[in-house]
Order: sequence, then structure tokens, then C-alpha cells
Amino acid sequence: MMTIDLNRIGAKGAIAEEAEGKWGMVIDQDICTGCQACVAACAMENNISFVGEEDAGYGRTQHWIRIERFWEGEYPEVKATAFQPMLCQQCGHAPCEPVCPVFATPHSSAEQINLQVYNRCVGTRYCANNCPYQVRSFNWRDYHTQPFLANEVNGKLVFTLHNQFNPDVTVRRRGVMEKCTFCIQRIHQAQDKAKSEGREVEDGEFTTACAQACPANAITFGRLDHHESLVSQLAHQDRGVKHLEELNTLPRVTYLKEG
Amino acid sequence: MAVTSKYFSGAEKPHETQHEEEDDPRQYLMYDPKPRGEMNQMVMESMTTTSWKFWVVFGILSVLVATCFFYAWGYMISEGLWVAGVMRPSYWGIFLVNTVFWIGISHAGTFISAILRVFKAEFRRPFTRAAELMTTFGLIQAGASIFMHLGRVWLAYWLFPIPNERQLWPNFHSPLMWDLLAITTYVLGSTMYLFLPLIPDLAMARDRSTGWRKIFYRVLALGFRGTEGEWRHLQTAMNFFAFAIIPVMFSVHTIVSWDFAMAMRPGWSSTVFGPYFVLGALHSGMGAVAIVLFVMRYTMKHMDYFIRKEHFDALGKLMLIVTFAYSYFFFNDYIVQWYGGDKWTDILLHWLEAGPMAWMFYQLILFNIVIPPLTLWNKKIRQTPWMLALIGLIINVGMYWERYLIIPVMLTINRMPFTWKLYEPRIEVFLTIGTFSMFLLFYMIASRLIPLIPVWEVQEGQMTHTLRKVGKTHVPTVSEFE
Repeated sequence: MMTIDLNRIGAKGAIAEEAEGKWGMVIDQDICTGCQACVAACAMENNISFVGEEDAGYGRTQHWIRIERFWEGEYPEVKATAFQPMLCQQCGHAPCEPVCPVFATPHSSAEQINLQVYNRCVGTRYCANNCPYQVRSFNWRDYHTQPFLANEVNGKLVFTLHNQFNPDVTVRRRGVMEKCTFCIQRIHQAQDKAKSEGREVEDGEFTTACAQACPANAITFGRLDHHESLVSQLAHQDRGVKHLEELNTLPRVTYLKEG
Repeated sequence: MAVTSKYFSGAEKPHETQHEEEDDPRQYLMYDPKPRGEMNQMVMESMTTTSWKFWVVFGILSVLVATCFFYAWGYMISEGLWVAGVMRPSYWGIFLVNTVFWIGISHAGTFISAILRVFKAEFRRPFTRAAELMTTFGLIQAGASIFMHLGRVWLAYWLFPIPNERQLWPNFHSPLMWDLLAITTYVLGSTMYLFLPLIPDLAMARDRSTGWRKIFYRVLALGFRGTEGEWRHLQTAMNFFAFAIIPVMFSVHTIVSWDFAMAMRPGWSSTVFGPYFVLGALHSGMGAVAIVLFVMRYTMKHMDYFIRKEHFDALGKLMLIVTFAYSYFFFNDYIVQWYGGDKWTDILLHWLEAGPMAWMFYQLILFNIVIPPLTLWNKKIRQTPWMLALIGLIINVGMYWERYLIIPVMLTINRMPFTWKLYEPRIEVFLTIGTFSMFLLFYMIASRLIPLIPVWEVQEGQMTHTLRKVGKTHVPTVSEFE
């Protein structure tokens, strides 16, 4: 079969990079139990703020991954559908990227994921508006120093979460956007280790925090462009679907769901 | 200028007044000239006569600006954006509504002063300045609203292409960047365009004032003496700006609409948004001009001479035309989107017409599309200043609802139903009051400092309009300048 290289014929904007990408994820909705372990693990790995009841209720949760639940049918006959973990799809054509006026949302050519540069972000929130997956979260305030989120011990405020901050990840200040990074700190750690040992990163050598925490092994992370890797084989199953594929965002996360 | 009132002595004969009053050409400002010195004196008095009511309103507005604008904004900067109502999915709230609204208001100024100047519409003469001031002051509020909306406003200078040691440039792919450049161009252009026709009036005021006013006007008048060469240069500059600012005016609101139209959201990615927003801007701007003219006529001294029924009548006709054009684009936008049959757009349109904000949607149709054509066709209504001002107010409320529906309400519906949530304004309400108060306060200060009536333009117009006696009647004639 003849393929046309769009880059060569000059339609460069049409497909900027390989549709399959580099790092990718597969989420099996059929075995996801909706236990939210991935949400907790992600929050701990990436220093995601705890926002308190009131703000969470008003739609200001900071989680980079969320478990979406839906119901089918009218009231008496309601049926819960499969849980849908939603995280940044690390689009190949990310709608969030071109709209940032200060280049705080560039595309990484090395990892082929969308980056968020926290110290460049001025908080126009255009990227979040333009994200069809609604997975970007904004730091509405400095949650990690809010007194109402601290415990009072002997008349002194103790910020318990400060003791478990991950030193590899920035603590974001208020006014900036943030989102899932596919645990880029873990990717880099594994790459550095492999490089020092003079080898390539092996499939399954490391994984993201959400995949690591999943008790049902519903989340798989790895190289999509290595066809022998587990994630690539899972992604090419017949029951794999991508969300909002019709928007041509080239998402890197494949959802497995019984047809 | 040899025009005196002697031409009109004949018009006071008894057999002439038996005619219907409407036929009397002296009801038109252009055929009712006053001696130059007297008119200058009237304008000077309108600036310097200040009653206690002015200071009461001035005080209230100052307090509102201090609390609702500066204090509220400072509080928001020190606390973070959580004090506002924005959240997922409505990341943009009333701040952007205010931005679009104020840019819309600012459009009428340019439209009236530039387009009507270019087309030589005579009724514009007494109120071009009032409309231009709206442009400048409206744009100040629009700019402030954009900066209020930023998460880290203290870094707003990163949006400007300032050379820096890291060679980091703004992203020219971003509609926000285009927006910033367009608005900056518009602010600079419209301020210069406001200033140029002001120079002769400032010179007039300089020659007729004393004390600090004299110094103020002397500095601003740039030594204008009214020589032939100075007038020629001024006319050239004004002509240049009048033509140059028209495309800027159309492009600014088109670019503002692209902030939405370029985004990949149901309801927003509409190709007709450009002209739809331009017409919406003119719609609200014309309404605002009607309100301003009404307030000027009834609060400032001698203004009933300059601003007359004919001006409200002409403005009413303009509002009527703009209403029809706006209605066309309104239905074009909504019906074409509905016809497209996209699943998410369908959900969104259903949400607008039957959701919790449906009252706003129907008020928008009623205020913007139904009420103006039903009232403005009537000459009596058009010529009644308070009624026209009321219609202008209704249109502006409707247009504010329109922008409110487009930004926070349409943002509620996205492609991830799990996140749907309705926006509730919090501190934005105070900041909105703050921007409105600041606009009015600026206007009040300007009304004391600069002549709100372009005297030289009115005098120029009156020189070209004369009543010529033909047989027993007086025939209004117009001669071409230049």
C-alpha cells in the first residue's frame, strides 16, 4: 500500500508527527473498579493540592486524573456504565497548545507529550477552555499554604501534606495552569538510569503513579511506537477506542471497552 | 465667518409660523446658528457650571471606584482568583463578558465619528466628541477587565513582545495575542483620533479661560492659533485617521470574536462570529450613545441648544438599521449552528432555550431583536429623548446578556458531560460595578475638562448650511466645504 508522507508534500500542519506517538497509555474500562487509587497516587506523586470540600464541590478540584461515572436510562431503571478514568490525553495535535499567548504549553519533541511550563504561565486559562477533555486544572489559590486545610496541633498550624511532597515535582503556586505530565519525572529517571547502564529503557521497567497504584491493573503505560510493548499490543486490540477522535486531536490514551 | 442671524429674521413673519412646526428649518441645529462668540461662551459655561448634584454623583462614583474597582481588584490579586466565580468548566467568566461589552461600547464612538465623518452625515456634528470619549474610556475598562482576568496579572508584561535575555517571544498563533495587539492599536488610534479634532476646541478654551485651566489648555492645545496652514494640516491628519481607524474598528471586534470562534467548543466555533460581534458592538454602542446624549442634554448647561430632537431622531434611525443587521446575524449564527446538527451544539442550544439561563436567552431576543424595531419605527418615540435613552438601556442590557450567554453559559456545556457546572459570579459583580462606575467617573471628569461639543465642527456645519430666500419661502441649502 502506498502511503503519502504529508510532511513531504508540504501539508506539514496536517500531521505534524506520527499519529501513534511515543509514550502512551491504555485504560481498560472493563476491569476498572472505580476505586480512585489512581487519583490518590497521582496526587501524592505530583504534589497535587488538596482543595477542601467547598472548592471541590464548586468544580475546583486539582486532580490530574478523575474517575467519571455515568448513568444510563431514566430514574427507576438506572444502570451505571463503566467507570471512565479521564486524564490528559497528551494529544499529538493538542488544541491547548496554539492558544497560549506566552508559550506556556509547548509540545515536547523528545517525549511527544504536551508540557506545561508553570513559571511561564500567566493564567489566561485559554488552554483549559480549549481542551475538549477538560483535564486541565487551575491553581485558584495557594492551597498548600491555606490555613483552613491545615491541622492545628498545640495551637500551631501543621501542614501535614508538606511532609510528603515529591522533591522531583514543582509545587505550583496560584494563578498557573497544570495538568497530567505522564509522570515525566519518572520517564526521565528511567531514561537516565538506562543511559548510565548503556541500554534502552525496557518495557515495564517503570510506570506512571496511576498505573502503579491500580489494583486491577486497568492502566498500562509504555512505548506506543515499540510494537512489541504491552501497551502497544493492548492499544491495537479491536476494543480500543479513543475519546473524541473525530476532533483529530490524536490522543495517546486508548480506552478498552467491550464493543 | 459672516453668518449671523439676520437671514432668519424673515422666518418670524406670522404667515410663516402658521405652517406646521415640523417644517420650520430652525429646529435643526445647522439652520439655527448663533454668533461664534456666544456659542463658544455656551460651551465654556457648560464645562465650568457645576451644581451640587454633580459633586454628589461624583462622590458616590468615587467611592464605588475606590471600593468596587481598586479595593476589590487588590483583594483579588492578594487572595487569588478563588474569590471570583470562575471554575472548571467556565474558566472564563464575567471579566471577559465585560471586556467584550466595553469593546462593543467603544465601537459606537469610532463608528459615529469616523464613518459618519467620512460619509459627511451632518447630524453627527454635535456629538462626535461624546461618542469618541466613549471609545477611549470604554477601551480602558476593557483592558482593565482583561488584566483582572489573568491568573498572574503581575506578569502581564509577558504578553507583550518585549525583547528579553532569553529571547522568549509571545505566541503569535494565539488569538489572545492578536486580541492584545488589536486592542492596543485601537486604543492608540482612537486616542489620537479623539485628540486631533479636540485641538481647535482646546485652543478656543485656552483663549477664554484663566488660572489653572489656562495652563491646562495651553499645554494640550499645542499652540494652535487657527492659521490657514494649521487648519490644513489638521484636516489632513483627521482625514487620514478617519479612514485609517475604520478598518481597525472592524478588525478589533472581529479579532475579539476570534477568541471564541477559534476555540474548539460547541457554540463558539462559528464562522459568522466576526460580523456578528461587530454588529453586536454597534448595537450596544448606539444604545450607549443614546443614553449619553440624553444625560448630556438634561444635566449640562446649554446642551438643549446643541443636542436636539433631530439628533435623537437620526440616532434612532441608525439604531433601527443596526437592529435589523444584528438580527440577521443573530439568527444566522444560531440557526446555522442548529442546522449543522452537531450533537454537542444541539445539547448546548437546548440548554440555552430550556436550561436555568433560558430567561436570559429570551430576554436577549426580546431586548435586542423585538423591542427596538417595534418602537423605533415611530417618529414620536425616536424624537423623545428619554424614550430613546430607555431603548438604548434595554439594548445594552440585552447585549450584556448576549455576551454573558456566549461566555460563561456556553462554557458550561463541553464535550465532557461529567464536568458540566453552572457558573455563579462572585467578586465579579463588584468588579463589574467598579468598571461601570469608573467609566462614568471618567466621563464626568472629562465633561468638566474638555468641551464635549466640538464647537468648531458645529460652526463649520452652520457655515455650510444656509437658508436662501426664494420667492416668499426660505429654502435650506447646503454647500460643500473643501
